[in-house]
Amino acid sequence: MIIDLINDISRYAIPFILLFIPLYGILIKIKVYESFVEGAKEGFDTAVRIIPSLVAMLVSIGVFRASGALDLLIEALAPITNLIGMPAEVLSMAFIRPLSGGGAMGIMSELITTHGPDSLIGRMVSVMMGSTETTFYVLAIYFGAVSIKKTRHSLPAGLIADFVGIVTAVIVTNLVFN
Amino acid sequence: MINIIWFVLLASGIIVGAISGNIDAVTEAAISNAELAITISLGLIGVMALWLGIMKIAEESGLVSYMAKGLSLIIRPLFPEIPQGHPAMGAILMNFGANLLGLGNAATPLGIKAMKELQKLNPNKDTATNSMVMFLAINTSSLTIIPATVIAIRTSAGSANPTEIIGPTIIATTASTIAAIIAVKILQRVSRYRVRGGE
Repeated sequence: MIIDLINDISRYAIPFILLFIPLYGILIKIKVYESFVEGAKEGFDTAVRIIPSLVAMLVSIGVFRASGALDLLIEALAPITNLIGMPAEVLSMAFIRPLSGGGAMGIMSELITTHGPDSLIGRMVSVMMGSTETTFYVLAIYFGAVSIKKTRHSLPAGLIADFVGIVTAVIVTNLVFN
Repeated sequence: MINIIWFVLLASGIIVGAISGNIDAVTEAAISNAELAITISLGLIGVMALWLGIMKIAEESGLVSYMAKGLSLIIRPLFPEIPQGHPAMGAILMNFGANLLGLGNAATPLGIKAMKELQKLNPNKDTATNSMVMFLAINTSSLTIIPATVIAIRTSAGSANPTEIIGPTIIATTASTIAAIIAVKILQRVSRYRVRGGE
């Protein structure tokens, strides 16, 4: 029942937003077409901006995989990650995610390309990517902006949130897709 | 940290490759994956343009500030130190609203504005206040409803159903946000994180 609901949300979320936002824009009398085109320009910038970090991460993880080093690591870690139903390959994503948004994007792309977007691994890293943030980066820019040096419990709290998000992603992906 | 991880992946891959005789595969992977990065990012352009176009309409029609008002009831109690009517609260709510809609570029300046307003309420200028920690912890837990970039990458990789991860993502991100709030509330009682004589 709940799984059906989750799947329905996945199916209807985009059509709903594609209808609701322009409809609201029309009702409030803004130029929806011009606004759309204006915003769409940023799509190109976003895609191009991630190229450098994507190259960096895809090359290093690609070398790590092709050499056989990744297989050795997976063999060593599998007994631990299997306990929560996480394929050992996905663990690399869990480590990179709080550190580097571009790096996580690289790992996600590599796993999706290697295993397929509709494999369990492909789905799991997709959910992880969307449900957590680059904690170190967020803290650095916001505290940096107001010159705060003593950040107190913000880092541990952020990392706890990442941990919970990642474990939940593993559990929910297994429940919904397996 | 990311520097070390990146270097270790690269260096250990090359060393293991040399020892195990897979060194040709290492060269091949380095070059082909550099190309793959371009294929992936070019594949992103269409979906990103669609999404950011729609979100521009949301921004210009005032939907973001509308969402911020709706959020106020839930969010207000998490920031007891902010006086009624202080501009910090407005900036925080606008930042959350923009994040929920996936407007990362709009959310960052609003978040910096929120931090500057919170800093005005701060008696110890080099130390974070409870409100700042709460604000950032919620930010680091991610507030996305629709993970547009992920959907774009899945689309360009040829997924049969690129949006099937939306429901699970919402559940996981809700769990991480609740965990962030609980962690902040518990940790701020721990003596090593307390501010001396403050709050």
